[in-house]
Amino acid sequence: MDIQPYLLLSAITFTIGVVGVLARRNAIIVFMSIELMLNSVNLSLVAFSAFLGDVTGQMLVFFVMTVAAAEAAVGLAIIIALFRNKQTVNLDDINILKW
Amino acid sequence: MFSYTPLIVLFPLLGFIFLGLIGWRLKSEKLIGIIGSGTVGLSFLVAAMLFFQMLGLQPEDRKHAVELFTWISTFTGTPSSLTVPVAYQIDQLSILMTLIVTGVGFLIHVYSIGYMHGDPGFWRFFAYLNLFIFAMLNLVLADNFLLMFLGWEGVGLCSYLLIGFWYDRKFDTGGYKPGTATTSDAAKKAFIVNRIGDFGFLLAMFLIFIHFGSLNFDAVFGRAAVLTPGSSTMVWITLLLFLGATGKSAQIPLFIWLPDAMAGPTPVSALIHAATMVTAGVYMVARCSVLYALAPAAMQVVAIIGALTAILAATIGLVQNDIKKVLAYSTVSQLGYMFLGMGVAAFSAGIFHLLTHAFFKALLFLGSGAVIHAMHSEQDIQKMGGLKHHLPTTYKTFVVGAIAIAGIFPFSGFFSKDEILWKAFSSDYGSVFLWIFGVLGAGLTAFYMFRLVSLTFEGEPRYGHEIHPHEAPPTMTIPLIILAFLSVVGGFVGIPESLLGGNAIEHWLEPVFAPAYVKLRLASHGVEITEYVLMVLSLGIALAGIYAARLVYLRRIELAEGWKAKYARIYNLLFNKYYVDEAYDKAFVSSTVKVSEGLLWKGVDVSLIDGAVNGSAKLIALAAQGIRRAQTGIAQQYATVFVGGILVVLIWLMFK
Repeated sequence: MDIQPYLLLSAITFTIGVVGVLARRNAIIVFMSIELMLNSVNLSLVAFSAFLGDVTGQMLVFFVMTVAAAEAAVGLAIIIALFRNKQTVNLDDINILKW
Repeated sequence: MFSYTPLIVLFPLLGFIFLGLIGWRLKSEKLIGIIGSGTVGLSFLVAAMLFFQMLGLQPEDRKHAVELFTWISTFTGTPSSLTVPVAYQIDQLSILMTLIVTGVGFLIHVYSIGYMHGDPGFWRFFAYLNLFIFAMLNLVLADNFLLMFLGWEGVGLCSYLLIGFWYDRKFDTGGYKPGTATTSDAAKKAFIVNRIGDFGFLLAMFLIFIHFGSLNFDAVFGRAAVLTPGSSTMVWITLLLFLGATGKSAQIPLFIWLPDAMAGPTPVSALIHAATMVTAGVYMVARCSVLYALAPAAMQVVAIIGALTAILAATIGLVQNDIKKVLAYSTVSQLGYMFLGMGVAAFSAGIFHLLTHAFFKALLFLGSGAVIHAMHSEQDIQKMGGLKHHLPTTYKTFVVGAIAIAGIFPFSGFFSKDEILWKAFSSDYGSVFLWIFGVLGAGLTAFYMFRLVSLTFEGEPRYGHEIHPHEAPPTMTIPLIILAFLSVVGGFVGIPESLLGGNAIEHWLEPVFAPAYVKLRLASHGVEITEYVLMVLSLGIALAGIYAARLVYLRRIELAEGWKAKYARIYNLLFNKYYVDEAYDKAFVSSTVKVSEGLLWKGVDVSLIDGAVNGSAKLIALAAQGIRRAQTGIAQQYATVFVGGILVVLIWLMFK
């Protein structure tokens, strides 16, 4: 089996995720970008798992998905709380994390 | 039997620890009083037992040291290594001091139960007193200079704590800062003035260690015994030791703290500032008699300072109106006599006077305490008078004390004072001038003591009708009676040969001072006719002083007023204590305060130290001003830096 296409796709989606996190201003989009990064990692994990014939990688993917689900719940709750307080989800307006 | 020695020191320490830790929980004054005085009483019993057993021994067997444990050891194998044990030495001199400290101390503890009744700090008072006795016993029983110094500092601390016992009360220190001082100012004054003396003691100790290579009494005095007099080091050592003594024993130039120490409760004045602590300097000089014998010049200084202090304090005592201040100046004056004795090589006479003085001065102070107790804290003798009808026991015992201090035959003061005066006149180291000073002082003593008695107890009452004086409770009067008895008979231990006595105390102390006497090559004087002449002369002067005081203050009070107006300048000089406090204030205190305030406080502390601390903080804040711009609070920028960092690491891993 050829692993390169999978890894390439994984790398592309991961980079898209990183750029999304760094560049987008909408908290929801940033949040989605994080999910994208997680899933690109999942992709490379299952690819290696199949390539090496070792199920450990697939097992790890389930852990990642569980954590991602929990994170989605918490993250969305934070975003809603943020919106209720500031009437915006624009990250440039949320800058109190400083001296 | 000598192995019981540490018990003497242990009991008061246990009393202090017990009362200090849980005294505040004890509701019963009786229990606190019993514990406080009981521990001292037990010490006295042990000391008395030792004393009686020593009586049965040969003079050379009467000395023994008990080592408890090594306190400080810097053993390096070189001669300069220092080893100091906690060791207690019993000999003829230290057992005598121990008996005085615990015996008189016990009586004063008992008296305090009555005097301090109802005071909220009752337990604290007894804890301090026990600590004081512990420290004082360390001072007199130590077998080396360092342990003695520990006791020396310990009694200074207790003195400070007890002078300022009523720390919130106003106390007029006279002249200096009128109206603003509290008793804690008096306590601080005592402590700081004593520090000057302690500094001298410390320097002397350093010199002794350099010179003799040890701090142990036996080692130092043993090595000193083979030296010849005249070395300048010995003069320095003895003069520095004497500086320590002038601080603790209130001699010129450091006597100024003692009159202000009267701010403390009266039993404290009796115990610490009359009978025991202030005599520590005399004891120390006596203990180091060999060293003084090697430095005759220093002995001259001791004698002259003693004689000057005796007469200076006596003249101030003539015009003071505070009952305790009169007694305080009298104490300073009597301590002067003891040093006069030391200075003319009459060591045992000085210690003898120390013994009798402990009896009659404790008696007089406790008597004045009973008066103050009866007069509801009034201390001005101009506002007393006629108290003998209300306080018969106090009156009788007080008069006994006054006669004893005036030196009237056959009361105790006569024998001890006369011994000193005779030695001041006849000793190779004395002179007729020292004798004249001493005799004049004795006359003045008789005068001011009977001025005190006349104004306080006799004549017409001069206090308001709202005061109803009453006799003190038995816990206070019984110690008075015992001390009065001792003041009468105390002198019989030292009846001189000329009066067909055995001079028991001199023979008892002989072995302690023998090395010094050998060094000084004292000629032994037989009974001389001069001695009788001088005796009668000083007795006559004392009687004249008493007669004059009674004449002036009982029958011709207008004479006193007339002199006061006529010699206003001299009166003011004496009343203001020769302006010594003011002079010291101008010369030392105010300049020290100025330097401290201007240079040390505002210069060094505020500018330099605070400046350095605040400056470094400001420098960091300034640097942070620039750097903290990087912290925008926008999480995405942080993440960008974070990703950039990862990239750098990755690239480095790829190309390394």
